[in-house]
Amino acid sequence: MADAAIDTMKETTAVDNQARVPTVVADDVHIIYKVHGAGAGKGSATSALSRMITRKKSPAIREVHAVRGISFTAYKGEAVGLIGSNGSGKSTMLAAIAGLLPTAKGAIYTNGQPSLLGVNAALMNDLTGERNVVLGCLAMGMSPAQVRERYQSIVDFSGINEKGDFISLPMRTYSSGMGARLRFSIAAAKTHDVLLIDEALATGDQGFQQRSKARINELRKEAGTVFLVSHDNNAIRETCERTIWIEHGELIMDGHTDEVVRRYEKGERP
Amino acid sequence: MSTLSDPVNLSAPRGADAGLTPKQLADKYGLSVSGKRPSLPKYVRQLWARRAFISAFATARLVAQYTTAKLGQLWQVLTPLLNCAVFYLVFGVIMQSRDSVPVYVAWLCVGVFVFQFSQSAIQAGTRSISDNLGLIRALHFPRAALPIAFTVIQLQQLLISMVVLVAIVLLNHVTPTMTWLLIVPALLLQSLFNTGLAMVMARIGAKTSDISQLMPFLLRTWMYVSGVMYSVSGYIKNWPEIWQTVYSWNPATVYMDLMRYAFMPDSFDPAVYGSKALVLPHHIWIMAGTWAVVAFVIGFVFFWKSEEEYGRG
Repeated sequence: MADAAIDTMKETTAVDNQARVPTVVADDVHIIYKVHGAGAGKGSATSALSRMITRKKSPAIREVHAVRGISFTAYKGEAVGLIGSNGSGKSTMLAAIAGLLPTAKGAIYTNGQPSLLGVNAALMNDLTGERNVVLGCLAMGMSPAQVRERYQSIVDFSGINEKGDFISLPMRTYSSGMGARLRFSIAAAKTHDVLLIDEALATGDQGFQQRSKARINELRKEAGTVFLVSHDNNAIRETCERTIWIEHGELIMDGHTDEVVRRYEKGERP
Repeated sequence: MSTLSDPVNLSAPRGADAGLTPKQLADKYGLSVSGKRPSLPKYVRQLWARRAFISAFATARLVAQYTTAKLGQLWQVLTPLLNCAVFYLVFGVIMQSRDSVPVYVAWLCVGVFVFQFSQSAIQAGTRSISDNLGLIRALHFPRAALPIAFTVIQLQQLLISMVVLVAIVLLNHVTPTMTWLLIVPALLLQSLFNTGLAMVMARIGAKTSDISQLMPFLLRTWMYVSGVMYSVSGYIKNWPEIWQTVYSWNPATVYMDLMRYAFMPDSFDPAVYGSKALVLPHHIWIMAGTWAVVAFVIGFVFFWKSEEEYGRG
């Protein structure tokens, strides 16, 4: 595998001799996380007490070796798709790039602070959509003047108000698609060096998906790098020119989207 | 498919960078380890840049707090008032504390409101990280903004109930004097102290969720030993001097005494109330200031030390 990598590296240097600016460098990353309440033990008070007395470790804590030695480098202006079956470690990898999970071995280097967008990343559910937009933008470091200036374009982008005045309702009343759209719109209002999207676009409707694809392309032109995790292979094909295929926490293939997705769909490992 | 060539290695550095290891490449372009905690001065700068977020977040949360209750914002005043009523009944009437303290009702209410400020700031701080994981995972900002914002909420709440407190004090025939101006520095110092404590509890609460079950008991103990609803001075009079000094450093007592003095300086005057008059410890401002600075600095550094770990798990 290593020899092949060196061979192909020589090939590429011959083809294109331009040095590129890296934004995310994953260097032999291993991620092991502990799962609390894995359900093995009884949750009763007597069992908790006996555990304390016998000083045994809780059986409800299990270790999961989710990512096993993944290395890659992403460069400025790239949109990288991550594919693989459920539980293959894609989302774990994104969380680690965002700095939300520690690496057990190896390291991830990033340019600036990556932003992670996931489907279940709730903002402030008891507050109105309007408040969420303002607070989200302020939290990302915008000034109140900038927020006022961009507020309308964020709401328009999300399309929340297309069917009436929903922006003034608490976010807990939103459907999952509406919530995801508003979160993406807030995060996309800022230029990110590295934007990580975890299935967040899947719940949006057709019109919103078109707008978000256009926005991802803009972000890339602004010299950002976008990572996209999706089970929708067409979305990956349309958005990303490079794709990484992960299975069982190991990198199976890293190459041009057309070839990687074609092989993935056929279940044909290189 | 044997006709396929090996995939091109898109990860490999090209041109002048060819052959660099990932680590060398990261160093060359100044990439930093993801999720690394910023240095303390940088963290302070980031936090300062988020001051608009802190105040907007606090206001939004304060308004949203009682949206499901029919009486709405009225509860902000009703809750401490009902507390005062309960304490007055039990400690004032039944246990007859009201006879040993001048202007007992005003004395009690000031104490309850001031203690409530610290108590709720600590409780809100404990939950500030664990209750906002969604926000923490979705957006990147210095996490200390949360415990600070929750302390600001409690301060805003106290300022609202201050109106009622002033009314109670005036109804008890206390005339406003120049010492009322001391309310402002006393509140500022207590806010600083509360913020520090909230940050300490935020870090502990983020790691061990069991602590939020334990907090009510700790806080109740603290309330009973601090003399919120009865005067402790009578009980500790016969203690050894060293223990009396230790006791007088209790921050809750310090901030309550300051506020009681600011509102009703006459109660501390033996010329007016004789042996019943309250005693203000010496150097009370130094105590209040020390507690504020020490708690805030320790709390801030303690919270920052774990910055990269909030939202994990």
